[in-house]
Amino acid sequence: MGRLNAGNVALAHEIIGRYPRTKSALIPLLHLAQEQDGWVSDEAMVHIAELLDLTPSEVLGTCSFYEMFKREPVGRYLVNVCTSIACMLGGGDELLEHCEKSLGLTPGATTADGLFTLNEVECIAACTEAPCLQVNYRYFHRITNEEVDALFADLRAGGRSGEIPPHGTLTRVRQQVDPQRWDGRGGEGLPEERS
Amino acid sequence: MTDIAENGTEAVRGVAVTLNGRVIDAQPGELVINAAERAGVYIPRFCHHPRMQPVGMCRMCIVEIDTGRGPALLPSCMIPVAEGMVVETESPVTRKAQDGVLEFLLVNHPLDCPVCDKGGECPLQDQTVAFGPGESRFVEEKRHHEKPIAISDVVQLDRERCILCDRCTRFAKTVAGDPLISFVNRGNETEVNTFPDHPFASYFSGNTVQICPVGALTATPYRFKARPWDLDQVESTCTSCSVGCRVAVESSSNQLVRYLGVDVDAVNWGWLCDKGRFDFEAVNSENRLARPLARQGDDLVEVSWSDALTKAASALGGAKERHGSSSIAVVGGARLTNEEAYAWSKLARSVLGTDSVDAQMGDGLPSDVVLGLPRATIDETCAAGTVVLLGPDLKEELPILYLRLRDAVVNHGLNVIEISASQTSMTRYAAVSLRYRPGEAAVLVQELFEHAGDVDVQADLGRARALLEANNVVCVLGRPSVAERADSVVQAALRLRSRVPGMRFLSALRRANIHGALDMGLSPGMLPGRVSLEEGREVFTEAWGQLPGSVGLDTAGVLRAAAEGRIQALILVGADPLADFPDRDLARRGVAGAGFVLAVDCFATDSVRQADVVLPAVSYAEKAGTTTNIEGRVSRLHQKVTAPGTTRPDWMIACDLAERLGGDLGFETAEAIWDEIERLAPAHSGLTAQRLASSEGLEGIVAAGPSSILETTMDVTATATLPVDGYSLRLVSTRKLYDNGTLVQQSPSLAPLAPGEVVRANPADLDRLGVASNDRVRVASSRGAVVAPVEADAAVARGTVLLAFNQSGSGAADLIDVSLPVTEVRVETVGIGDREVSG
Ligand code: SF4
Ligand code: SF4
Ligand code: FES
Ligand code: FES
Repeated sequence: MGRLNAGNVALAHEIIGRYPRTKSALIPLLHLAQEQDGWVSDEAMVHIAELLDLTPSEVLGTCSFYEMFKREPVGRYLVNVCTSIACMLGGGDELLEHCEKSLGLTPGATTADGLFTLNEVECIAACTEAPCLQVNYRYFHRITNEEVDALFADLRAGGRSGEIPPHGTLTRVRQQVDPQRWDGRGGEGLPEERS
Repeated sequence: MTDIAENGTEAVRGVAVTLNGRVIDAQPGELVINAAERAGVYIPRFCHHPRMQPVGMCRMCIVEIDTGRGPALLPSCMIPVAEGMVVETESPVTRKAQDGVLEFLLVNHPLDCPVCDKGGECPLQDQTVAFGPGESRFVEEKRHHEKPIAISDVVQLDRERCILCDRCTRFAKTVAGDPLISFVNRGNETEVNTFPDHPFASYFSGNTVQICPVGALTATPYRFKARPWDLDQVESTCTSCSVGCRVAVESSSNQLVRYLGVDVDAVNWGWLCDKGRFDFEAVNSENRLARPLARQGDDLVEVSWSDALTKAASALGGAKERHGSSSIAVVGGARLTNEEAYAWSKLARSVLGTDSVDAQMGDGLPSDVVLGLPRATIDETCAAGTVVLLGPDLKEELPILYLRLRDAVVNHGLNVIEISASQTSMTRYAAVSLRYRPGEAAVLVQELFEHAGDVDVQADLGRARALLEANNVVCVLGRPSVAERADSVVQAALRLRSRVPGMRFLSALRRANIHGALDMGLSPGMLPGRVSLEEGREVFTEAWGQLPGSVGLDTAGVLRAAAEGRIQALILVGADPLADFPDRDLARRGVAGAGFVLAVDCFATDSVRQADVVLPAVSYAEKAGTTTNIEGRVSRLHQKVTAPGTTRPDWMIACDLAERLGGDLGFETAEAIWDEIERLAPAHSGLTAQRLASSEGLEGIVAAGPSSILETTMDVTATATLPVDGYSLRLVSTRKLYDNGTLVQQSPSLAPLAPGEVVRANPADLDRLGVASNDRVRVASSRGAVVAPVEADAAVARGTVLLAFNQSGSGAADLIDVSLPVTEVRVETVGIGDREVSG
């Protein structure tokens, strides 16, 4: 928890090496920290500042601009319930109320076991599918109360791990393309299959 | 266009812009807001600042601009002029837009003007009155924040008042290079803040207070001290170091309350460092000496001026009579104005008859080097092809020079070669940074030109050589460390000069008016106007009546002679050798060994407490005159407040002493002294009081007088490596901006900022010695020992240890022996953490 672990430091250096300017790696490294701990701690920001020769203040400035970087611990599952207008008309408020009851949380809070954080959010661009929610940014469209209960029960039981990785996970498959083949100049050197 | 046309080169046609129906002549590339201002039309603004890149953050400067595609509301601080452009700054559409911007800016503003320091001089107030709606339609709850939070020891931030103009944050990042404050969060939640527990500890933080267009940022030393309409102001020059920044000095009820930077192109661009901005607190200090003192047994007791002067004069006269003039010495003088330095120089030479006068405290460079080398101004240095840094850490000693050079590197691609004993604040901006072993700067320079040196530095040396091929190379020359003698540095500089044709120099000696003091002859063998005793003998003998026959002693020589009982009267003019001389043991023996000590000072420093007679002097805010900066630029100093008690200006004290000794310096006023300087000092000829008082004098005038001193006395030959002792490390000792000096210590806001005594060494050396970071270590030299905590610091070169000069604690001065070329020290653990280890 906190500073990047050895594996991630190695990865950080690799990421830094991909950019002409070190500073450009700032957002990727914030993702890396969030992937490691599920949120971005002050220690992680200080560590990133050291790695990028920035001040912690500069890292905070960028990090705090983005809602999706969490600077407080959040649950393994971040539940975002939309209550903007389309969802409101389609039962979003009721959906939120049900989630509150089901998890025993008010919006913004996290369960004692650290499993769930509940949020009320503005439109998440799935208006045709109202009411809807996200768990770690995975969409659940036109979801009913029963489906919500089933979903939470599955997650509590450790299920659906293939579908919903823990909060902060960027990708479960690290792709490695030979840098020689994407050396970054206007498409030349892209993998053949894509160029 | 005008500049170029005046120079007689190509006349560039301006850009024709229609501004409120009138055609104006703008400069190509000029921003609309600036072009309008030059044409007498003020467009309101918050974020725009003439010394920073525009960001278009506040939208206050929005005006109707038609570039041929119909009028549109555009931020005039972001739009460069174009031919045929039509600008309307007073149209109904512009008015309405500005109204709207102000109404929005005020939505979250607390409107607590009655308790706000900025009230009365606030751009937000002023522009709301001039351009604002008068009434707000906002009835909802405003945003709330904790009232001021301390973002540093001297700066407080009231986030409710902030209008998010990005001036402070832009300054911190782009001008100071200390991005320790940023915009945090976003949207309605956006605020300026620091990272938790990482305060805005920048030497330049006070500038953000000055440029904040609202009362969001306030400085602890000024908070609630005065209202703008109570302030009295004069323009003057900062004397806290030798950059000579121009300042506006403000007082209320005869108390200094605030310094503001004045924008002059040649020097500080409106910026000040925090030391220069806040150390006026020392002038207000209750610890100022207010009345003359004389020794009675172990005590110094208050006496009248007449008694004190009589006592001093009889001791000086007696010394001269019984032991000859060479038994009298004058040390110090960097605190004085040029006029005062001249008066003391004249007193010493013509009345006391001694040439043993020295304004430097053994921590500078030989005066013939400082005065004799061809010079460059700050502007010329910033515009040079390559700059060689051979001196102290500029950020610590000459902060605004650091800002100027940093700007030249970052924004104009200046190439800097740094030659130093360990990393400095400039290292990250240097194109090449070369390390020399303390005491061996000249060896490094020799290797540079002779393609010698270790393989691992060959590439760096090669790059440095290539950069030295540039046209127009300037060397910023100072004393990199007081733990090595000056010789090797001087040799290094002269060798560089001999290999780089046309090389010019900018002095990096830090102490107040040291350059003025040297110019006025407060250095052995020198007379006013940068001439040697011999060159000036004829002119000055005629003007002054008599001159000493031979060259006297410098400060080290004086202290040595005093320790041996050969100095009967030692005069300390604003000098504190016990704190400032690099070798405390010698300073102690010298001050103790002098038959009689006269101190002229503002504070009872350690050395003053040893004196037999103490004469209280006025400080820089209490007198008028001129000072001279690193460039040789003469600027005027103005009196702002009246001095405490019965203190007198130093020139008057010199006149008083002369009179009691049966002489007459012939001065009734400081102005009369300047007239004599202008008449007699070759380098200052033509620099009349009228010129200095004219608009030309506003940014000071460089005294560019000739000097032929250097060619005659310098020896560049001997360069030798010093034997290496495998068990020892070499000491490097430099100053920090905040130290144990009087000005800082007597300024309550600054005193706590002195970092205290810490030994720094390379982690590899500590490993080798079996010492852990944070241990308490004993650092011992042939002279003495210091016990302090140690920190591993990769910025310190291997084989060296760094100990800042004049911090609390016993200090590097206990280790240094000025007769040795370098200070070799041994380091051993005496305690782990706070625990002492015995044996
Ligand atoms: S604190 Fe002042 S200078 Fe900084 S952004 Fe706010 S209003 Fe601007
Ligand atoms: S840089 Fe020097 S002259 Fe300028 S404000 Fe600081 S102390 Fe004063
Ligand atoms: S309103 Fe809920 S997704 Fe758009
Ligand atoms: S002054 Fe132009 S946008 Fe702020």
